[in-house]
Order: sequence, then structure tokens, then C-alpha cells
Amino acid sequence: MAAEKLSTRHLLGIKDINRNDIELIFETADNFKGVINRPIKKVPSLRDITIANIFFENSTRTKLSFELAEKRLSADVLNFAASSSSVSKGETLIDTVNNILSMKVDMVVMRHPYAGAGVFLSRHINAQIVNAGDGAHEHPTQALLDAFSIREKLGDVAGKKVVIVGDILHSRVAISNILCLQMLGAEVMVCGPTTLIPRHIHELGVKVEHNLRKALNWCDVANMLRIQLERQDIKYFPSQREYAMMYGLNKEILDSLDKEILVMHPGPINRGVEITSDVADSKQSIILDQVENGVAVRMAVLYLLAAQRD
Amino acid sequence: MQKRTLLDGPKFQITIKRLCHQLIENHTDFSNTVLIGIQPRGSYFADRVQQELSAVLPESKIRKGNLDITFFRDDFRRKDGLVSASSNSIDFIIEGKNVVLIDDVLWTGRTIRAALDALLAFGRPAKVELMVLIDRRFSRHVPIEADYTGQEVDSVDSQLVRVTWKEVDGEDRVILLSDRNK
Repeated sequence: MAAEKLSTRHLLGIKDINRNDIELIFETADNFKGVINRPIKKVPSLRDITIANIFFENSTRTKLSFELAEKRLSADVLNFAASSSSVSKGETLIDTVNNILSMKVDMVVMRHPYAGAGVFLSRHINAQIVNAGDGAHEHPTQALLDAFSIREKLGDVAGKKVVIVGDILHSRVAISNILCLQMLGAEVMVCGPTTLIPRHIHELGVKVEHNLRKALNWCDVANMLRIQLERQDIKYFPSQREYAMMYGLNKEILDSLDKEILVMHPGPINRGVEITSDVADSKQSIILDQVENGVAVRMAVLYLLAAQRD
Repeated sequence: MQKRTLLDGPKFQITIKRLCHQLIENHTDFSNTVLIGIQPRGSYFADRVQQELSAVLPESKIRKGNLDITFFRDDFRRKDGLVSASSNSIDFIIEGKNVVLIDDVLWTGRTIRAALDALLAFGRPAKVELMVLIDRRFSRHVPIEADYTGQEVDSVDSQLVRVTWKEVDGEDRVILLSDRNK
């Protein structure tokens, strides 16, 4: 039996929550998965809550997923994209958010290109903050939905071996995933070219492997990350083609393994780079399950945070 | 804490039998009627009603589901605790059915109000009735009454009515708990 409430008022990162919190979120998400598969996919829990989605960085999945989760919980939703706002006229983060809050917003879901933006905001404003990705720091809801999907497919996360392949250096998904999976008792390995693996990552207690085939032979689950070209200021590998040859997951490698592994991807996919189309669309791929679970997990996070009264 | 037993032993069993026979009077063979227990504790009562009806009507298939109302409560963010939900398990269509909602204790009526909301998310029933084992009368916050009542009880707000079931608590019994200091 999980705890009755979360230990935190904000969801800033996996490192700020504990195992009980994660289990409570998963149990609640199980219920919400039932809700979103009913004829009427909505519950009235958050009908007196207003949530602002503030995205200072582009997003399709996360933004749609949060928005849908909020609407399924009957919250009022404000959407804000920095690219089409006064931020481009020089308004500061706190000013922008305070202006939004004076419109009586209870919760802020924020994505920002700078690490720690959510933490900064939580210290200066009164609303509850959900971090939807801050720079190369954390992306807690993605890690939660990834672990939730593994739990759904394999029964449990504890004792499972998960390899995270690709651009670990620029990835907030990798950090949050490592922390979340380890908290739930899984073994984690990272795999990629040396230039894209942070030098001290083994201090987090993860294995490091530079050979994709060895990594895949070891694991139960492979989480293929996107190469984040927009964050790469220098060349980390000679060409995308060479990266795809060394670290791309294709049907041939997948079929040559002696066991069936689960293939995950947080999206957006660069087909033909980190993963080929036939693998992304294969039976072993749970990429679309991840998207469905994303809505249920985010509903659970928003619902449980809203239950934390001041 | 003072305890007073309201119902136990043979009287408890007779009450359930009587309620089941009242159901049969109105629903005959249960071909278009389903039982829905309200989670968590109404589902134990609904299990018992299902067993009893199946014993009396061996030819009929008595369908029963459990309904969780957590996300439909009107005291979310107003009262501490009670955020985690139980499961829903309704593996039949509710559209057009006669639904008998089953709960152990009817008190303020707010749970039943939420249950009516929650039920509509599964379709539009032809008719909804309410069966409770204990009706704490004169304490309603909303205009809701039961169609089938095991026993009526006069109680004050500081008292608590607790129904225990043999399967989960070891004993069939209804007790009234009152705090002597209040």
C-alpha cells in the first residue's frame, strides 16, 4: 500500500521525490488509465483549479499530454508559448509568470531551456510547479511514464535491466530515468559514443558501455534517446550516418539477440538515426504505449499535487 | 470510545435476506438489472447480495460490479486524506440497465451523489436504485433517499457507524461508535 499523499508540493525533479511518492503516482495512474479508456473520459476532480502551461521551448507530446491530462481532470487550462509572447520583447521569467499568476492560476507546468528554472520559480512564486523539462537537467514526468510503462509490460521495475542509448550528455530524460529506475530497484546502463557520455556518470551507479550489441545483450529494456542536435554546440560524432551505423537500433541487431527486449523511445523519433522505422513500428516497441501512459501518469501527478493544500 | 451493537448474528443475516427478497419482488429474474457496489466497503455488501440472490435464483446470472467514486467527490482539497482510489471493475454495459447501487451506510448522501456522477461516465442507465444496510436518518446534506434499507439508525454527527464483514473483518456486525468526550 502506497502512502496517502505526496511528500512534496511541487514536482521539480525525480531527485526531490521518494519511492513512496512514485508508487502512489503509479497506483493513481492505474485508476486514471481506466478513466481514459471509458466512454466518458473525464472526471471532475480539478474543476476549481486553473493550470498554466508555460513552454519556453518547443514540445509536441509533452504539451499535448499535459493539456489533455488537465482537461480530463476538468481543470481550466491556459496555454502559453514563449515564441509567440512578450518574452521575445525582453520580459523576465518572474515577470511573465507573475503576470500569469495574477490571473489566479493555481499550478504552473513549465518547460524551459535552462536547468533549474523550475526550482528558481518555485522559490519566488506561490503556485505549484510541475517541471516539464528544464534544459539538460530533469524531465520527471517522462521518467515516471517510462517506468510506469516498464512496470505495465514486465510486471515490475525492480530487478530489470535497462539500457539508455544515445545522447546522454544533453538529455534530461536520461538523468530523470536513471534516478527513477534506480529508486525502483532496476539496474541501469548507459550506452553511446564516449563524447556523448558525461565523464563522471558512473558515480550515479550506472554501468557504461560503448558497444551497442553488448549493451543490448545485457538488457531487458532499451530506451533509445534522440540525438539532440539543437543542444550540440560542437560536433560530437563525424556524421549522423556514422552514428546510425554504430548506435542505431535496427531489425537485424534486434533479431540477433537471444531474447526479446522492449524498445522504448521518448520521442520525437529521428527515424533512421537512433532507431529504424521497422523497429519503431515493431511488436517489441512500446513507444505508443508510452504516449498513452503519459496522459494517465500526468493526470496522477496533477491530481496528487492538487490534493496538497496550502 | 463507546461501542453499541446495532445488528449482528441471525438478525444480520435475516436483514440481508429480506433486502434480497425485496429486490426480487421488483426485478424478478435480473435479466436487465445489475448490482454496483460502491468502493471500498459497499462492494463487500454487494458481494453478499450477489451470493444470496444467486442462491435464491440459481437460473439467473446476477451481474455485479464495483464503482470507485474518489475522483468524483465534492470534498477534494477541502478535507485531508482520501486521495487514493480503489479500482473500478464493471465488465458489462450500463447503458439501458436497471442499476442497484449498493453501499453499507447512508449518511450525508454525498457519496451517493458522487456515485451517480461516476456511474454516468459508464453510460446512461434506465433506472438507478439505492440499497443500504444502514440509514443514518435525519443527517442528509443532499436530497437522496434509499429504496431498500436494512435498518434505520438515529445518530449524531460525532458518532460513527461501522459495518464489519465476515470475509474481511472476521465478523458480520454493525456497531455504533461514540466518543464519550463529545
